[in-house]
Amino acid sequence: MNFDYSDDQKFLKDEARKFLSAHCGSDRVRAVLDDAANAYDADLWKAVGEQGWLGAAIPEQFGGLGLGHIELCAIAEELGRACAPIPFASTVYFVAEALMLYGSDTQKVRWLPRIAAGDVIGAFATSEGAGPVTARSIHTSVSGGKLTGEKIPVTDGDVADLIIVLARDGLYLVEKGAGVTAEVLETLDPTRSAARLSFNDAPCEKLGSDDGIAAMQTVFDRAAVLLAFEQLGGADRCLEMAKGYALDRYAFGRQIGGYQAIKHKLADMYVKNELARSNAYYGAWALNADAAELPLAAATARVAASDAYWFASKENIQTHGGMGFTWESDCHLYYRRSRQLALVAGSPAAWRERLVGQLEMRNAA
Amino acid sequence: MDFKDSDAEATYRAAARAWLYAHIAEHDAGHYPDDMTRAKAWQARKAAGGYACITWPQEWGGGGGTPIESVIFGQEEAKHAVDGSYFTIGLGMCVPTVMAYADDATKHRFVGPAVRGDEIWSQLFSEPAGGSDVAAIRARAVRAKNADGSDDWVINGQKVWTSGAHYSDYGIVLVRTNPDVPKHQGLTMFWLDLKAPGIEIRPIHQMSGGSSFNEVWFEDVRIADAQRLGPVDGGWKVALFTLMNERLAIGTSGGVGPEDILAFAAQANGADGPLLKDTAFRQTLADWWVQSEGLRNTRMRTITALSKGQVPGPESSIGKIVAANQLQAIGNTAVEAGDQYGIISDPALTPLKGAFHAATMWAPGLRIAGGTDEILKNIIAERVLGLPGEIRVDKDQAFRDLPVGA
Ligand SMILES: Cc1cc2nc3c(=O)[nH]c(=O)nc-3n(C[C@H](O)[C@H](O)[C@H](O)COP(=O)(O)OP(=O)(O)OC[C@H]3O[C@@H](n4cnc5c(N)ncnc54)[C@H](O)[C@@H]3O)c2cc1C
Repeated sequence: MNFDYSDDQKFLKDEARKFLSAHCGSDRVRAVLDDAANAYDADLWKAVGEQGWLGAAIPEQFGGLGLGHIELCAIAEELGRACAPIPFASTVYFVAEALMLYGSDTQKVRWLPRIAAGDVIGAFATSEGAGPVTARSIHTSVSGGKLTGEKIPVTDGDVADLIIVLARDGLYLVEKGAGVTAEVLETLDPTRSAARLSFNDAPCEKLGSDDGIAAMQTVFDRAAVLLAFEQLGGADRCLEMAKGYALDRYAFGRQIGGYQAIKHKLADMYVKNELARSNAYYGAWALNADAAELPLAAATARVAASDAYWFASKENIQTHGGMGFTWESDCHLYYRRSRQLALVAGSPAAWRERLVGQLEMRNAA
Repeated sequence: MDFKDSDAEATYRAAARAWLYAHIAEHDAGHYPDDMTRAKAWQARKAAGGYACITWPQEWGGGGGTPIESVIFGQEEAKHAVDGSYFTIGLGMCVPTVMAYADDATKHRFVGPAVRGDEIWSQLFSEPAGGSDVAAIRARAVRAKNADGSDDWVINGQKVWTSGAHYSDYGIVLVRTNPDVPKHQGLTMFWLDLKAPGIEIRPIHQMSGGSSFNEVWFEDVRIADAQRLGPVDGGWKVALFTLMNERLAIGTSGGVGPEDILAFAAQANGADGPLLKDTAFRQTLADWWVQSEGLRNTRMRTITALSKGQVPGPESSIGKIVAANQLQAIGNTAVEAGDQYGIISDPALTPLKGAFHAATMWAPGLRIAGGTDEILKNIIAERVLGLPGEIRVDKDQAFRDLPVGA
C-alpha cells in the first residue's frame, strides 16, 4: 500500500512550493487583480514553462517531461496554494488532456510540443449561457469546415492561441485569428480572465469523434481531478492563514484561537480538507491508472474539494474579522478563486448529480 | 498512489486468508449456546493461530507482528461475519494499560487469558460528575491496614456508562485518593475483580432500547495495594495512556451507509416517484458518498503511514466525528422519507429490518461515547492545529473546593 506521494513526487512538490513562494507571492496575484488590462502574469507563465511543468504529463515524444499525472497533481496542489494567476488549468488540464485523448498524431505533433514549451495558451469553450452544458444547450455548429456560434464564459478565451470548442457534432480545434472575436468579461475572480468568444465562420478542425458531450465529459473527468488538487492547495492555505490569525489576534484578553467557536470552525476546516485530500488521492490514482473508476472517483474528488475550498475560504474571512473583509487582506483572493475553480468544469450541484448517476449505473450493472 | 501490497504484505495476506478459510466454517456452523460463547471460541482460535493482538509480543500471547499486519488481518477478517466487540475495550484499552503499569506476576496472570478471550475487561472511568472532564470523578479509595501491616484500599462510590460490565470479569478503575490537591493530582488507577464483594452492577436502559452499559456501585470494596496500576495519586498519567489507546481502538461504526440508503431510495416513494429521483435527495446522497469515501481513503493513508513504520496521530479523531454524524443523518433521512409511515420502527414492517431506525436511535450514543464531537474537535484544534488549550479555572484549586453542578 502506498497511498501517498512517493519520495520523488514529494521532492518535486517541495521544489514547486519553493519556486512559487519566490515567484508568485500575493503581490504578483494582486498585480493581475488590480490591472484590468492584465489577463495573467506573463513572467510567471514563462518561468513555469521553463520549469517544464506545462509538459509534466505530456509524453517525451511530444516534447513533455513524460512524468505522469500524479506529478501533475503535485504541481497543481502548489499552484492552487499560491493562487497562481496564469492560464495553467485551461492549457494543461483541459486542452493538453483533450489533445492527448482525442488528437490525431498530426494534431498532437503540431500542438503538444508548443504547449509544453509555453508557446501556446489554450482554452476549452463549452458553455453557452447559464445552466449546465447539455446537448440541448449547444447551438454552435460547423458547416463546410467553418465554425459559427458564441461561447460564454470561456476561461482564458481572450488570451488563448488555441481554443477547443464544443459544437453540436463534436469538439473542434480553432486557432485565434480570422472569424474569432473576444470580449473580456467582468467576473468574480479577475485573477483568472474570462471572455465571451464569438465565432463567425472560423476555420476549424475536428478533434475526435462526433459525440461532443461525451468527449467533453471525459475531459472534465480528467480536469476535475487536477482541479481538485488546486482546490485542495487553496483550502489548505486558507486553513493556514486562519490558524495564523487565530494565534496572533487577541480579544477579551486571550488569543481568539482559544475560543471554541473559532477552534471548532478550524477543526471543521481540517476535517473537510483531509476528506478532500483523501478523495483527491483516490482520483489521482484513478487518473494515473486510467481506471474504470475514474468518473466516480473524479466526481467524488471534485465535490469534496469544492466543498472544502468554499468552506475554508469563507470561514477564513470570518476568522479574520473586519480585517478579512478588506481589499488589503489576501483572504478574498482565495474566496474568489474558490468560486472560479468550483464552476470552471461545471458546478458542484452538477457533479453531485453526475456522482449519483455513476452510482446508479454501477448498481444497475 | 497505489493499493498494492509489498511482497511481504502480500505473503502475510495470503497466509491470513488461508487461515481464515480453514477456520471460518467451524465459527459459522459450530453450535454455540449464545453469541458470546461463539465470540470467545473464535478469539481463542485466533490466539492459537497467532492472529489475536497481532502487534503484541508473543511472550504475552500476541502475534509478534507489525501494525500493518494487524490491519491486513482486520481487512480479511472483516469479510466474514465475526463479532469481536466483546473484546474491544479490554484488548484495546484496559489490558495495554495493565501491560504498561502492572507487575510481572499480574501481567502473567491476566494478559494471556484476555488475549484468548477467556476473560473480558471493562473500563470504569466515567461517573455522573465526570465524563468529558474525566479528572472530576468522585469515587474514593482510602487506605486500610491489614493485620500483617500490608496495605489495602477500600473503594466507595459510583461509576456510570460502563460498557459490558455485566458480562466482564475484570476492570480498570480510576478513583480519587486525595481530594485535598487539584483534581489531576489526586487520582489513582487500580485493576479489580468485578465479582468482588461490594460491587453491584446495574444495567442502564438505553434510549436505543438495549442495555450495553451499566451503573457500577462500590460499597466498601476492599482491594489489595498490589492491584494498583502506577503510583498513588499518579493515576491521571495512567488514564491518559488508556484514553490515547481509546482513540485508536474506536474506529468507525458499522451500521447503515450511503450504499444502503441508495438501495432503499431506489424503491422508496418520494412525492413524484422514487426517492432516488428527488433532486434534493440526490444532492445529499452525493455528499454522504463523498464523506464515506473520504473516510475510506483516509484509512488508506493511515495504512500507508503504518506500513512505513509511522504511528497514526490524533488525526484519527476525524473518523468518529464524521461517521457518527453521517449515521444519524442517513438513518433519519430514511425515517422521514416514509412520511407518516416513517414513525414505524417494527423490524418486520420497515426497510432493512429496521436498520435505519436502529441507526437513528444508536447514533446519539456514538456521538458521545469515546469522546463527544465537541471534545474531539478540541483535540483536533489543540493537538493537530496547535491552537491554545481550554481555560482551566480549576487547575490550582483543591478538588474538594471545586464548584459542583447537577
Ligand atoms: C454508548 C456509550 C458507551 C460508553 N462506554 C463507557 C465505558 O465503557 N467506560 C467509561 O468509562 N465511559 C463510557 N462512556 C461514557 C463516555 O465516555 C461519556 O459519556 C463521554 O465522555 C461524555 O461525558 P458525559 O456523558 O459526562 O457528558 P458531559 O461531559 O457532561 O458533556 C455534556 C455536553 O457538554 C459538552 N462538553 C463537555 N465539556 C466540554 C468542553 N470542554 N467543551 C465543549 N463542550 C463540552 C459535551 O460535548 C456534551 O455535549 C460511554 C458512553 C456512551 C454513550
